[in-house]
Amino acid sequence: MNDFNPNILAFCCNWCSYAGADLAGVNRLQMPPNVNVVRVMCSASVKPEYVFKAISQGIDGVLVLGCHIGDCHYLTGNHRTAKRIPLAAKILDKVGIDSRRVRLDWVSAAEGEKFQKVVTEFVEEMRSLGPNPMKEVRF
Amino acid sequence: MTRIGVFICHCGHNIASAIDIEKVVEYAKGLPGVAYAGHNLYSCSQEGLGSIKKSIEDNDLDRVVVAACTPRTHEPLFRRACEQAGINKYLFEFVNIREHCSWIHAKEPEAATEKAKKLVAMGVAKAALLEPQEEGESEVVPRTVVIGAGISGLAATASLLEQGIETHLVERGDRVGGLLKDISMVGPEGICSRDLIEALVDDIENSPKAHLHLNSRVKELKGFIGNFDVIITKGDEDLTVKAGAIIVATGAQELQPKGEYGFGEHPAVITQLELERRLGRSGLAAKKIVIVNCTGSRQPGREYCSRICCNASLKNAIRILEANPEAKITILHRDIMSCGTTAEALYREASEKGVRFVRYGLEQKPGISTHGKSIKLKVFDEALDESIDLDADLIVLATPLVSPDDSEETSKLLKVPRDKYGFFLEAHVKLRPVEFATDGVFVCGSARWPVSARESIWQGQAAAAKASIPISEGKVRIEAITAEVDSEKCAACGNCVLACPYEAIEIVDDEGRRAAKVSEAQCKGCGTCVAACHNDAIQQKGFSSRQLGAMIDALARASTEGTQ
Ligand SMILES: Cc1cc2nc3c(=O)[nH]c(=O)nc-3n(C[C@H](O)[C@H](O)[C@H](O)COP(=O)(O)OP(=O)(O)OC[C@H]3O[C@@H](n4cnc5c(N)ncnc54)[C@H](O)[C@@H]3O)c2cc1C
Ligand code: FES
Repeated sequence: MNDFNPNILAFCCNWCSYAGADLAGVNRLQMPPNVNVVRVMCSASVKPEYVFKAISQGIDGVLVLGCHIGDCHYLTGNHRTAKRIPLAAKILDKVGIDSRRVRLDWVSAAEGEKFQKVVTEFVEEMRSLGPNPMKEVRF
Repeated sequence: MTRIGVFICHCGHNIASAIDIEKVVEYAKGLPGVAYAGHNLYSCSQEGLGSIKKSIEDNDLDRVVVAACTPRTHEPLFRRACEQAGINKYLFEFVNIREHCSWIHAKEPEAATEKAKKLVAMGVAKAALLEPQEEGESEVVPRTVVIGAGISGLAATASLLEQGIETHLVERGDRVGGLLKDISMVGPEGICSRDLIEALVDDIENSPKAHLHLNSRVKELKGFIGNFDVIITKGDEDLTVKAGAIIVATGAQELQPKGEYGFGEHPAVITQLELERRLGRSGLAAKKIVIVNCTGSRQPGREYCSRICCNASLKNAIRILEANPEAKITILHRDIMSCGTTAEALYREASEKGVRFVRYGLEQKPGISTHGKSIKLKVFDEALDESIDLDADLIVLATPLVSPDDSEETSKLLKVPRDKYGFFLEAHVKLRPVEFATDGVFVCGSARWPVSARESIWQGQAAAAKASIPISEGKVRIEAITAEVDSEKCAACGNCVLACPYEAIEIVDDEGRRAAKVSEAQCKGCGTCVAACHNDAIQQKGFSSRQLGAMIDALARASTEGTQ
């Protein structure tokens, strides 16, 4: 294992994933301290632009977490997320950024353990990818 | 320039044991727009809230950031404190450094402190751009749905009806009463369970506002506090009920301890609930009875104490002896939990009546051997420090209450969380014990945790009281997180109209200019439209692209420039 410490942003929807992250905390599930959560009401409010902004500023990876399909608090909100975020990843790929730096996943309010797993795996993956090359870019 | 106040909470040891509070305070002082940074032992206590309010006045603050636990439970409390100190409550930002930091990085204090700084920097960056908001209101449907007709659900229903609130009670079984159907006498007081159930059922049956649905389930739940759509299904018939609040009273079930002490193999090895059934029917023929407490609980994998079993064992031992003073009863236990005066008196009574108590340990669990009808037990008695042999013609296993088989399904359906044993999790253990974090959904009884019948009734009544608040007010405030359109930027492309799950947006003529318009009463504040807009013309209050962008900037900056 290398000692690179990635800096990661996670968007969590208020109703499922943020609650799942809270549950992981309540159950004291330990995980690497690299992921910083931003609460949004629904994963569908995450603009692809936020992902690009984060990556272009050198943040090493972006997680977008929402309710499982069918469980979105806003009926079909996350159907949009499911289309938008993979598209954002594809666009990054086109400009030479590893698309694995963006990950979309579903974590329910009851899935503290899944939150822990997603975070741990994503941090490991970012560690293996190394620093975001955009970090070196100074305009 | 803003005058932001930042308050870092110790939460006793919960946060301070992993995060160096002083360092985070010092760091916060240097963040742009911060006029004051301090810390509180418990920010949510009266004292903590008081000191926040005082700092607002003393330092002429115009925005507040609290770094503590989760906004899902505590945001309303701090927002109220801001309001009381004269700051619009939407100028408050919550940073979660407990659930999302100290608790999950408990063994890495340095990294946890660094992360807390980043999270605070992000919160401060957002706070600087917050704007004051006004809240709208929406009507509350004056009707409730209670799921589960055990004693807690019955108590909740009766109490709602007493307040004149129309209530649908949904029970999957063919009778009401839950576990108490099989328990004829309710301890420690010795009350007849049928009387208890019938008293509540009478209240329910005599009310024109009650609707009892037996053999039914809730198939779907949509909507929000004040306006839920609940689909109740019975056989292949569906009924949609509109309700303002929901109470979950789905209870628990007794663990069936397959394979333990010959359960399922030998007919004379039964559970306590089966003992209850037999005592209720015809009494017992058995003379030598051994009750094994803590079967399947307080052990790796199921660490909790089920709370009700010790008292049930004591109650049943006395009942058996009253009917047949010749019976020999031994209770094998690991500790007797008979808290409170009535239950403790029961323990004393059982001892005086000759019940033998033998304490066993988990390392040396009692061994069982069977020869035809006779059963022998070998128990290592911790008090005597030696093994003893017991003969028995009936073994009763006192097993814990566990969450119902389908509680995962229920949790998904209602979108409410469960703990690691499958019991439902309330919004806050102390402050909001009968509410879920989702507004308008409440919980009571053994669905939350094994409780006695008396506690189930308390909780049922408490949940009913809580559920009746929005209903009697008739209105709920709409959180000011709805979307709004900047018609100058809007190109009237209609993307947002298509994206909105609620048909809350339409394209209208605004003084000769076509632009999207959001109906505030219909908007639920998901922000789906925001991400659909190519022109950044539609924004969600409290989650604008500038505010979220500032958080991203703050995180990027913290990593390139460090957090020293
Ligand atoms: C052996 C034993 C002895 C006990 N002795 C005592 C005693 O002496 N004194 C005492 O105070 N307590 C005693 N208790 C505890 C007592 O039984 C419970 O406190 C009480 O029954 C809990 O009531 P409840 O309504 O919360 O749950 P339950 O009684 O479990 O009722 C839940 C109801 O919800 C229904 N339900 C579940 N899921 C759904 C769903 N998805 N949709 C629709 N309906 C659903 C169930 O069918 C059930 O009718 C004993 C328990 C046991 C097991
Ligand atoms: S609310 Fe969780 S994804 Fe929409």
